[in-house]
Amino acid sequence: MDHQESGQGGFSRRSVLAGGAGLLGGLLLPWVPGARAEEYAPIGTFPAGSSGSSVFVGIGVPRTGTYAAPGEDELRGMMLAIEHINGGNELIRKISPNTTKGVLGKEVKYGVADTQAKPNTAVQAQSRFISENKAVLITGSVSSAVAVALNKLAEREKVIYLPGISGSNDTTGKDCVRYSFRECFYAQTAAAALAPTLIKSLGKNKKVAYLVPDYTYGHTVHQSMMEYLKKGGWTTATSQVAPLGTADYSSYLLNIANSGADVFVNINFGNDAVQSVKQAKQFGILQKQTLVIAYASPFLAKEVGPELTAGVYTPTDFWWTLEDRYPLAKMFVAEFEKKYGYKPEWSANAGYMQLAMWAEAVERAKTFYPPAVIKAYEAGQKVDSTVGEVYFRAADHQLVRPVIVMRGKKPSEMKTSDDYWDVLEVLPGAPLMQAPDAFGCKLGSYT
Amino acid sequence: MLNWPNLVSQFFNGLALGAVLALISSGLTIIYGTLGVLNLAHGAMFMLGGYAGYVVWAATGSFLLAVLGGSIFVGVVGLFIELVVIRRFYGRPPEDQILVTFGIGIVIVELVRLAFGSLSVTVPTPPILSGVMHLGFLFYPTYRIAVLVIAVLALGVLYIILYRTRLGLIVRAGIEDSGMVSILGINVYRVFLLVFGIGAMAAGFAGIIHAPVVAPTPDVGATILVETFVVVVIGGIGSFPGAVLGGLISGEILSLTSAIDPAYSEVMLFVVMTLVLMLRPEGLLGVRGRA
Repeated sequence: MDHQESGQGGFSRRSVLAGGAGLLGGLLLPWVPGARAEEYAPIGTFPAGSSGSSVFVGIGVPRTGTYAAPGEDELRGMMLAIEHINGGNELIRKISPNTTKGVLGKEVKYGVADTQAKPNTAVQAQSRFISENKAVLITGSVSSAVAVALNKLAEREKVIYLPGISGSNDTTGKDCVRYSFRECFYAQTAAAALAPTLIKSLGKNKKVAYLVPDYTYGHTVHQSMMEYLKKGGWTTATSQVAPLGTADYSSYLLNIANSGADVFVNINFGNDAVQSVKQAKQFGILQKQTLVIAYASPFLAKEVGPELTAGVYTPTDFWWTLEDRYPLAKMFVAEFEKKYGYKPEWSANAGYMQLAMWAEAVERAKTFYPPAVIKAYEAGQKVDSTVGEVYFRAADHQLVRPVIVMRGKKPSEMKTSDDYWDVLEVLPGAPLMQAPDAFGCKLGSYT
Repeated sequence: MLNWPNLVSQFFNGLALGAVLALISSGLTIIYGTLGVLNLAHGAMFMLGGYAGYVVWAATGSFLLAVLGGSIFVGVVGLFIELVVIRRFYGRPPEDQILVTFGIGIVIVELVRLAFGSLSVTVPTPPILSGVMHLGFLFYPTYRIAVLVIAVLALGVLYIILYRTRLGLIVRAGIEDSGMVSILGINVYRVFLLVFGIGAMAAGFAGIIHAPVVAPTPDVGATILVETFVVVVIGGIGSFPGAVLGGLISGEILSLTSAIDPAYSEVMLFVVMTLVLMLRPEGLLGVRGRA
């Protein structure tokens, strides 16, 4: 059915170009609202995906495996955003002022797939959403390996992709694409935000032991941290590279314990972070070395307990106590907690914000035609968010947004049972970012 | 890092890792050796042990009761699965057996996820066993030393059951030739039921003992299952001594390679497995007939 529609669209356009038959074109598809679709050549799932009364968003997050917990939280943020978009919620309208109900008046429907944080599984699932459901948008990731793979899929299929969580420099660096936009902070901005605080509070010339997950995320965070800590004379005692999803870190932790390091920078994420922090405690490492979490892992404090995260420095995208600073954060935390019964982690915020900003961009473009939506994103429009005003950088499609540096509270300092982190600084994004081409970003063509 | 203190620490760590791997693998190998069924739900049994123990611990606060409750629960689940499902598959081709046990594993994992969510649960180290022990220049978490001792004791118990009891005699005879055992008038099905229960219980026991070391998540069994398979392939599928030897070898490979470069520890494990498969396909202590 969908195929026939797009075929008709193509036919009518050619007749328009043939000249003099514009009226006929209008008559062929008189039911297309606005009939604006007729102005653009078919591309990707356009116009088939947006010719009905609803549009489809393909969501792929890890719901099993090491990254299941942040994956589920990210999914909840997305589902809340879609509910708000369809209902024309007040919060969405603060981010996307042109939104009434739905996106360009169309209801947003979605499908969810479990990617297991594996690139192959994610690409298969999203390909199915594109071919079977004519998805106008694909979204979701917790692993940068998945984000990079879906970047490539998005570029090939000409369907816009929004990663979710992806901390690698590569996602908007050497593997950047025209069809993808990243909301969250990443290795470079995490390190640039965190390193000065570490050097200031722990002193100069420290020796560091790194625990690095063995894929693009781990490697780029490792690189960026070393680069920025070097400025304080910090050196590397050891770098222990472990596969994603390691259960027992004993052999890595023995090396770290025997390395003579002063500081233990743990780059692990998700359940890997939980397991490695708990086990480091058992090996007596946390008593001798200062623990630093290089890239905030959602639910970490809750899972390992505040005794282990007390005094730990970490940079993050969002923490719920920012509700004291930003009115939108307050609304988001309240709405999320009302629906799901707990305070959102940064994974939920990223999921929510990127869909809200997509709605904003499409409303401004006044069409689902992907190149027009991309240009709306690239216009540098400032948007109000849960962390203040933000905008996308046109040259690499990275959101310019603050990075938050936090320190773990002692159990005695916590005001409520969710009050794990103290927000030390909210650093503006632009000064933390590298030049757009520094990591080799070359965006592809629009069509 | 290549220095003597670290190398000795890693060697010791290899023993501790190996003992746990041996314990989990012994359950898998006994079941395969006797029943001829490759139980892909074994990782799920390991995981279930951790969660069952967690529930008992949360209710009573006693780690000892958690270990007892956790292993008995998984043992009973094992008996139930054998009676209801596995029994119908003895005469079926290996592909069917593999698929059905794989399916059971998925069902168990997702039921646990439904009940407990994806966040890990915490079973704390028993207070008397927490802390770090200093043994000369070697230091090691006290609880992990306890796990080593417990795993060795549990392997000892399994050894006695297999080599010093009538049941063990039948099981070992069954590994050699189950047809002959049944001709001799022994009720093989009852033995199969018991063996499946004991194998599951060993996995559940290992799961709860290991829970303070690696916090249980619904997916913890998947990683363990892969390593367990490597262990039984190296040691010889179906052989109890093979599981112990394979466990120790695997533990040492993982740990000693880490002393040089941890990035290669898993690679080395699979390199050794490949070598064993090439040079001695039945495994180091494998039984030729059955495997």
